[in-house]
Amino acid sequence: MPKPEILDPQGKAVLGALPRLGFTGVSDVRQGKRFEIEIAEVNDAVLAEVRQMAETLLSNPVIENYTVSVEQ
Amino acid sequence: MKVGVVTFPGSLDDVDAQRAVRIGGNEAVALWHGDADLKGVDAVILPGGFSYGDYLRCGAISRFAPVMTEVIARAQQGMPVLGICYGFQILCESHLLPGALIRNDHRKFVCRDQLLRIENNRTPWTSAYDQDQEIRIVLKNGEGGFVADAGTLERIEGEGQVVARYLEMNPNGSLNDIAGVTNDRGNVVGLMPHPEHAVEELTGSGLDGVGFFASLVEKTFA
Repeated sequence: MPKPEILDPQGKAVLGALPRLGFTGVSDVRQGKRFEIEIAEVNDAVLAEVRQMAETLLSNPVIENYTVSVEQ
Repeated sequence: MKVGVVTFPGSLDDVDAQRAVRIGGNEAVALWHGDADLKGVDAVILPGGFSYGDYLRCGAISRFAPVMTEVIARAQQGMPVLGICYGFQILCESHLLPGALIRNDHRKFVCRDQLLRIENNRTPWTSAYDQDQEIRIVLKNGEGGFVADAGTLERIEGEGQVVARYLEMNPNGSLNDIAGVTNDRGNVVGLMPHPEHAVEELTGSGLDGVGFFASLVEKTFA
């Protein structure tokens, strides 16, 4: 996700479109990215590697935060 | 001097940059993104374009191209590197330059002849300009909004790392109207507008861009 202090023009565009469709009461929209990474066996070492992927390529830590979660 | 110009898949200003290098009085050397070989060049330009479809983030994938391993290592040793537009985005993604570039705040592509002020003429790419000289060159970008956290912004302003600033209007939402920055050592410069398109009277808005390519000759190794 873009960090809270970073302007998110895409989110702003969505925020502008929602009232036009009748969805009122939305005060802000922020748009991020979701990566689904398939790995056969998940363990702590693999999770550490995924976090490394997130920090080096998938996100730019200068402007974005990331979280990692596991789904079976 | 031998100045390498890297071609990435999707680079579109690489040939213009090579021509500008020659007009500036240097030898242009074509470099390929897939070759970890700088062919003995003294400086490198990362030109404009839209490599890898701008997937993920602009410059995020090119930053890991084989040639970039060499460019980053040499830049950290002091080799002059200039990133123009997409090249600026790659340099930020490489963390050779502070901050990052995001989508224009007005969300439209912008293309205009833009007035700038050169606020740091002590870099190897800007020494041909007078301090605070105003130049007009073309700007064309969709993701040219320069952002950085408040601490970084204060530091680069305080250290004189803002190389160029937009005048008359802010075309893309860049914080503090920043059009170009340099690293703390001053050898790596990123610039969102395109000086390589302002080097000949026949095409472009004038000759205000020549200085970026002539500076290397005039002062760097004098």
